[in-house]
Amino acid sequence: MSQFAINLLFVGASFALYIGIAIWARAGSTKDFYVAGGGVHPITNGMATAADWMSAASFISMAGLLASGGYANSTFLMGWTGGYVILAMLLAPYLRKFGKFTVPDFIGDRFYSNTARLVAVICLIVASITYVIGQMTGAGVAFSRFLEVSNTWGIWIAAFIVFLYAVFGGMKGITYTQVAQYIVLIIAYTIPAVFISLELTGNPIPGLGLFSTHTESGVPLLAKLDDVINALGFRDYTADVDNKLNMVLFTMSLMVGTAGLPHVIIRFFTVPKVADARWSAGWALVFIALLYLTAPAVGSMARLNLMTTVYPDMAGQVENYDEAATNPILYEDRPEWVRTWEETGLITYTDKNDDGRIQVYNDSSEAFADTAEQRGWEGSELNVNNDILVLANPEIANLPSWVIGLIAAGGIAAALSTAAGLLLAISSAVSHDLIKTMINPRITEKGEMLAARISMAGAILLATYLGLNPPGFAAQTVALAFGIAGASLFPVLMMGIFSKRMNNVGAVAGMLSGLVATLLYIFTYLGWFFIPGTNTLANTPDNWILGISPLSFGAVGAMINFAVAFSVSSVTKEPPQEIQDLVESVRYPKGAGMAVDH
Amino acid sequence: MADDKSNAAAYWSANVRLITGCLIVWALVSYGCAILLRPLLAGIPVGGTDLGFWFAQQGSILTFIGIIFFYAWKMNRLDKKFDLGE
Repeated sequence: MSQFAINLLFVGASFALYIGIAIWARAGSTKDFYVAGGGVHPITNGMATAADWMSAASFISMAGLLASGGYANSTFLMGWTGGYVILAMLLAPYLRKFGKFTVPDFIGDRFYSNTARLVAVICLIVASITYVIGQMTGAGVAFSRFLEVSNTWGIWIAAFIVFLYAVFGGMKGITYTQVAQYIVLIIAYTIPAVFISLELTGNPIPGLGLFSTHTESGVPLLAKLDDVINALGFRDYTADVDNKLNMVLFTMSLMVGTAGLPHVIIRFFTVPKVADARWSAGWALVFIALLYLTAPAVGSMARLNLMTTVYPDMAGQVENYDEAATNPILYEDRPEWVRTWEETGLITYTDKNDDGRIQVYNDSSEAFADTAEQRGWEGSELNVNNDILVLANPEIANLPSWVIGLIAAGGIAAALSTAAGLLLAISSAVSHDLIKTMINPRITEKGEMLAARISMAGAILLATYLGLNPPGFAAQTVALAFGIAGASLFPVLMMGIFSKRMNNVGAVAGMLSGLVATLLYIFTYLGWFFIPGTNTLANTPDNWILGISPLSFGAVGAMINFAVAFSVSSVTKEPPQEIQDLVESVRYPKGAGMAVDH
Repeated sequence: MADDKSNAAAYWSANVRLITGCLIVWALVSYGCAILLRPLLAGIPVGGTDLGFWFAQQGSILTFIGIIFFYAWKMNRLDKKFDLGE
């Protein structure tokens, strides 16, 4: 059977599974649609949350960024897990007690203001659309490879399927479908990693293999990787970073963003009790950690495999790396996976020095320029898109073709489940919070559904258009979304619970200033409204204020939000008594009751 | 009523104290050991690299899980102690 047929089989079978579960679960109870019955066990809910949460960014893109950035990109690992700690302690139990279903609902009620509700809707939409851009980028990579089409076509096909998937709707709301998606996703991610870890280190647990000995050379794996890439002019994989401020702020942006993203928060409304909301966050993190503890192993091992594919003599080497570096493979001898990925345009080769061989090295390093010249190299010749790494990983390691089919299914599951979840968050914000609550309370159910579908279609078109020329790799684009959510929504959610004094004016001023400051900073470097080529300043560290990258600015935006909200609130009227009582009541689990219908 | 209020206030301040403690550990492993204090931990070798690298790629994640479960366990006990649970 051809690889194409195998991919189709795995992706098709996984879709059949999700749809089957959706139909089975729906037959059981239609009320489950939004609330999932309010009877979901914390472990089940944790697994579903993990599936909802781990998107194309985690599955497809993150290991590639770790591979290229090494230690410096540990920020993604810490940021996307550490957020659950603040979510579990600062938001989840209280929002569960509050007992409504959307983030704008809480903000609108707690700050007794439709203006606050409107601003929350805007923040939610901006953050979610940015997030969907990242998903489209990642799904585009997966589809282009698996259907063997160009990346652009891959993105359009992904858009079409996401649309069908999201409009089909209920599927997303059914917890058990997500449990199935989690299982597909985690198996697909783990199996190739186990094989590769066994191959390189003899240790079947990738997370431990990362810190074990590289079998072929007898050197610790990470030391081996450092040596190999060093000989090619790259910085050590494990090298410390100089700009610690940026690293801290980036990690913080991802953490507060996690706690500010509507589709994750919503999940904590579906557990029966406040105590369960606390446990649920812990279980979600356990299931997320299964992937996140494997990801750094996948990244480093794939980098090593990639380098030893191009420079076969490097693999068994202990010291003579310079000599090994002079003997890269011939382009015509390139492995099959390079050929197939070349068709997607995500790997490109140009024989700059006309020697018929493939040289890969750090051609932007000035310190290495002399060595490269001596070796007769005229530039790095193979350009590998970071986002393909996880999908190409089984091929790079020569794993059987069913593993490749499995990973295609996993990557697509990750991208689709999250994209659909976000689109539902966007459409419910427009149809429920904006139109039904604020503009036309007497809108018919049919009209509400129509508004939901139109806003969903609009969001997909916009995200797809911007996804064709994304502001970064999938995980980076998603990181921007976290920055935006963290700077705008997280601070007011937190203050709404922890400060009785915080009033409507303060919250609105805080959200607006956090959102605007963050967007201005991001657009300045990455293009206005993410339209390529419209950026005011080049996106290089020299131009960044205090070396703070646009990806890291969310943490600064959140601080601005807090500061503005507190100052404005302290000079304006304190909230009415009933609001203070409301705040008081969300703090105690007593009397939480069942989750109410939407 | 007055008793209820002071009981509730005591529960809330116990919760805030607990959160503060947990957040200190949370910041210490991630921003501390993994980023800012990494040079100080550079002398402690872990599988081909140093302890700071381990914290950045695995240690902090494991600690986060521990913190959440500890907090949930502790809070559920507080709920009972102050009789404010469901």
